Amino acid sequence: MTNTPLSLRETVAWGLLGTVLFLGLWSGLTMSGLVPRQFLPPPQEVASRFIQLLTSPFAGATLPQHLGSSFMRYAYGVLLAAAIGVPLGLLMGWFRLLDDIVTPIFDGLRFIAPIAWVPFAALWFGTGIGGPVMIIFAGAFPPCLINAYRGARFVEPRLIEAARMLGTGHVRMIIEILLPAAVPSIVAGLRVSAGLGWQSLVGAELIVAAAGVGFMMVQAQGSVQTATVMTGMIAIGIVGMIIDVLLRQGEAWLRRRRGLEA
Amino acid sequence: MIGRRGWIGLGTVAALIALWFLLTTITGLVSGARFPSPAEFWLSLTQIWGRGYAGGQLMTHALHSLKLVAMGFAVAIATGIPLGLWMGWNRKAEAAINPVFLVIRPIPPLAWIPLAILWLGLGDGAKILVIWFSAFVPSVINTFAGVRNIDRPMIEAARMLGTPRWRMVREVIAPAASPLIFTGLRLSLQASWTTLVAAELVGALVGVGFVLNMAQQDLYPGMILVGMVTVGLLGWATTALLAMVERRALAWNMAARD
Repeated sequence: MTNTPLSLRETVAWGLLGTVLFLGLWSGLTMSGLVPRQFLPPPQEVASRFIQLLTSPFAGATLPQHLGSSFMRYAYGVLLAAAIGVPLGLLMGWFRLLDDIVTPIFDGLRFIAPIAWVPFAALWFGTGIGGPVMIIFAGAFPPCLINAYRGARFVEPRLIEAARMLGTGHVRMIIEILLPAAVPSIVAGLRVSAGLGWQSLVGAELIVAAAGVGFMMVQAQGSVQTATVMTGMIAIGIVGMIIDVLLRQGEAWLRRRRGLEA
Repeated sequence: MIGRRGWIGLGTVAALIALWFLLTTITGLVSGARFPSPAEFWLSLTQIWGRGYAGGQLMTHALHSLKLVAMGFAVAIATGIPLGLWMGWNRKAEAAINPVFLVIRPIPPLAWIPLAILWLGLGDGAKILVIWFSAFVPSVINTFAGVRNIDRPMIEAARMLGTPRWRMVREVIAPAASPLIFTGLRLSLQASWTTLVAAELVGALVGVGFVLNMAQQDLYPGMILVGMVTVGLLGWATTALLAMVERRALAWNMAARD
């Protein structure tokens, strides 16, 4: 039976086999002519297009420039979500009344996919930077709020009782007791937010934007440049992965510093 | 019957509706070009319900979207769960598939939309393809994690009793992993709706996302709101349905916990 962990050598060997099979299948499909090259370019063509786009512009900018303008919007949207979601979550964790008021609204909005905000976002904030930022915000906001709320709600009662006995006021209670205790949960929420925000960004740029990777992909789709579309996908994947790795590192560092198990 | 929380919740909803009236109809602080008044919302709703908008009545659009989500979701389950079970059970399969998976996983499902349109056009095929992509990954990952989290003694006991491989998968592995599998399905369902709405916004001929798209182009706030409410209701209804299935399927698990 095969339920014992493989050695490193075996893992690498099987991994290589899988990768080679995948790339082989892909190039085989294009070489054989079963799939028109126009719609599925071979891997090496995508790779060379990727390198080419690093320096030569498409749809008004080079790939790094597109990524740059995407990232700007993304940063605004996620930071805004964190700046509103985390404090609101903490306040909801402390004031029962606020919790009872906000929760039904939040529950009602939860089922609307963030991307469905696109028409209103375009109507209210235009398609330049405001619209996309609002959609990223819509995607990144819920985890910020929920995790800050949970973190504040499940603080050890003894801590709160002790603080209350010492006459701590509302403001200090939230800033000095709830916030520090909720940090691990908040950071985990931020990581989820960052992922969802990146996802919403792509959606926003596909529909309303005049720059950015998503815009580049839509333009390439319009002119049937499959290799450019795939380049955009890979670039989005790489940046998304870098964001995730950095945040994971940050989370692990924070947990270690607080003496929690990483 | 209704607790404190419920009353405050009802009060909040009532206050919001009052505020909506106040800002749009009564004071006109928010112009109808930005957000519809309740009357405009109602007018848009009756228009799309009866005469239709964007080439069909509300029910036609909603049922079409529902059908696409159901199909994409079904294909994702049918492929994702077996793959997850296989990768969880067979270390060699995991090692071989993992690198490819690691490359594909960080690509957000929505990024597949342009490629799907290139391949299959604006029809239903492209939508089902992207829903499949988006719902597939959470299904695989959670099924895989579910298999890996099974207590070893349980597997060993079953093995000692000489359970044949097929029965092992069907009667030991899959049930033991099912709580996490359902977690994956919930995430998959959410991803399905997001992807479908996005795909329909990018290009479609029918569906709730298409209604949103047309309303956006027509600068028609009332219809935008109708579209959003429909998206929310569909998402809520399908999530509730899945939760019901989960309660049925995991009844044994809940009973075992008592």
